[in-house]
Amino acid sequence: MKSSPETPRRPRLALHKFASCDGCQLSLLSCEDELMAIAGQVEISYFLEATSCIQPGPYEIALVEGSITTPHDKERIQQVRRDAQKVVTIGACATSGGIQSLKNWANHEDFLKCVYARPEFIETLATSTAIADHIPVDFELRGCPINRHQLLEVLVAMINGRMPKIPRHSVCLDCKRRGVVCVEVAQGIPCLGPITQTGCGALCPTYDRGCYGCFGPAAQANCTGLVHTLQDNGATKDTLLPLLRNFNAAAPEFAEQSNALENQEETL
Amino acid sequence: MTQPDSTSSTVAPNEEAQFLPTDRLQLLIDALIADDRVVIGPTIEQQAIVYEEISSVDDLPRGWTDVQSPGNYRLEKRDDDTYFGYVVGPHSWKQFLFPPLTVVATADRESADTKWSMQAPQEDPLRYAFLGVRACELAAIAVQDRVFLQGPYVDPVYRARRDAAFIVAVNCTQAASTCFCTSMNTGPKCKSGFDLALTEIDGGFLIECGSEAGAVILKSLETDDAGSRHHDLAENAQQQAVEQISKTLDTGGIRDLLLGNLEHPQWEEVANRCLSCTNCTMVCPTCFCSTVTDVADLSGDHVDRKRQWDSCFNIDFSYMNGGVVRNNVKSRYRQWLTHKLASWHDQFGESGCVGCGRCLTWCPPGIDLTEEVAAIRLHDLRVPPEGSSS
Repeated sequence: MKSSPETPRRPRLALHKFASCDGCQLSLLSCEDELMAIAGQVEISYFLEATSCIQPGPYEIALVEGSITTPHDKERIQQVRRDAQKVVTIGACATSGGIQSLKNWANHEDFLKCVYARPEFIETLATSTAIADHIPVDFELRGCPINRHQLLEVLVAMINGRMPKIPRHSVCLDCKRRGVVCVEVAQGIPCLGPITQTGCGALCPTYDRGCYGCFGPAAQANCTGLVHTLQDNGATKDTLLPLLRNFNAAAPEFAEQSNALENQEETL
Repeated sequence: MTQPDSTSSTVAPNEEAQFLPTDRLQLLIDALIADDRVVIGPTIEQQAIVYEEISSVDDLPRGWTDVQSPGNYRLEKRDDDTYFGYVVGPHSWKQFLFPPLTVVATADRESADTKWSMQAPQEDPLRYAFLGVRACELAAIAVQDRVFLQGPYVDPVYRARRDAAFIVAVNCTQAASTCFCTSMNTGPKCKSGFDLALTEIDGGFLIECGSEAGAVILKSLETDDAGSRHHDLAENAQQQAVEQISKTLDTGGIRDLLLGNLEHPQWEEVANRCLSCTNCTMVCPTCFCSTVTDVADLSGDHVDRKRQWDSCFNIDFSYMNGGVVRNNVKSRYRQWLTHKLASWHDQFGESGCVGCGRCLTWCPPGIDLTEEVAAIRLHDLRVPPEGSSS
């Protein structure tokens, strides 16, 4: 490949935050060993958690953390899209609505009254929704929080104009690669591993905990099949409902299954 | 086993068999370590009997057993203190001969203007000694030998580990409800493919020798000549395993049965239960699929070519230019079962299943491949051949 006579301008990177805990942005700052290399590859132009030096758009790559929970954010995300060539959402909040999407199953006015002395000052939507529900998204990186190695892969891919290589298989495959014994089969611990996308490297089962589904549904997840299996092994609705309604509660496959589970219990 | 083929003729057990008292089992481990080997054996971890590096008889699951059924595995205390009173667990020897992750090559360049240089990592092969290899596992190693060593392309990673490995087999003296080695003609007795084979009996072990390397180790132990009493005890113990096997797989015409029923409604039925989680393929001691990925660092000047275990149940395993070929659970389950039990015959001249039962036990919904085959056989949809000549 011939290098162009002029040094090409580095792609500009923006990082936008919506309703979230900041943990996914921190994953970028946690790339300590690679941070200088990243700074050499991209121009970090908008990243409030890292620097107050703000450069105006447009940007080549916008990373978006957090979900849409307010009328203001619903407008703001439109400008993020207009300002960016590629929009990559990062984390469970941005890709499925996050833990705060539990309010989708409740009356958010009740929450406001519980939390705020003057709830009338708070302007909020009734739901927490994924970024892709509002704008077209070029790539969704899952996880609560995201895996920084996967974030680097996404950045390298975006810089080089290719699709990121992010596996879509179950957590089980990584358990077996690590030699971790199945906690569901050997200990009867309810585990979402078979229906959850990999990304964590099977962290929880390695420490004798069931998978919490942090990376959302795996491709073509058979959620009904897993719920039947766990119920056959004695798991109750009290265990399974919070497991499905967790960091990725509003991911369509998990939401559909938790709703079915709720109805199943009512008809019994 | 320096040569996989060299063990097909076993030493006649009655001439060579020795008796090793229980309190001298440590001598065997010591002898293997003294032979500069990494001894891998059964030990308890995460509520299961797994295979890991051991150095002492105290690492062994003495007095423990495993109770297995489809989708279920539990450790239980035995009422005796045998060392090998269990069946098979979630691990197999595959993970040592065909590691889950291997860097098969690396590539480097100084900068974007310079040429790439590629290297294949040259590793010192680990000298393993496997302690506690069951008959079905010996058969599984022989299946993988055919895959990795006896085709047109020899796998160097497998070759190095396999050549250096020393195998201490253990005859099963009990069976799990998931075992069906008798249907697959792979066990429960170890007949070949080992350096030494133990049968645990009252007071010690009957040791048979299967190779010259085995004879050298055996000679270094303080064994006694085995008497007819030892042989009788061993035979009874082995017979107990045979009698406990309750599961069967009818392999009659199985290749044509499965390949002739590709549109059977049973595939749809099993897809409702199958989680496509990959567990059956990962615990299977013969499944050998992998994926190779080039992983570049941020600079783009260093690339690791990584080979990892992969599975036909992973949706992206059948990804080709433009899309996924097996784009639903039904087609992925069918691919696995028909390969394992049918097209494996075309590819390697034998079945890919050794009847160890791991895919039943470690399948969370407990799908039993013997039942799936039986369901297809019960309603065979093949049109009877015209003239019924064959």
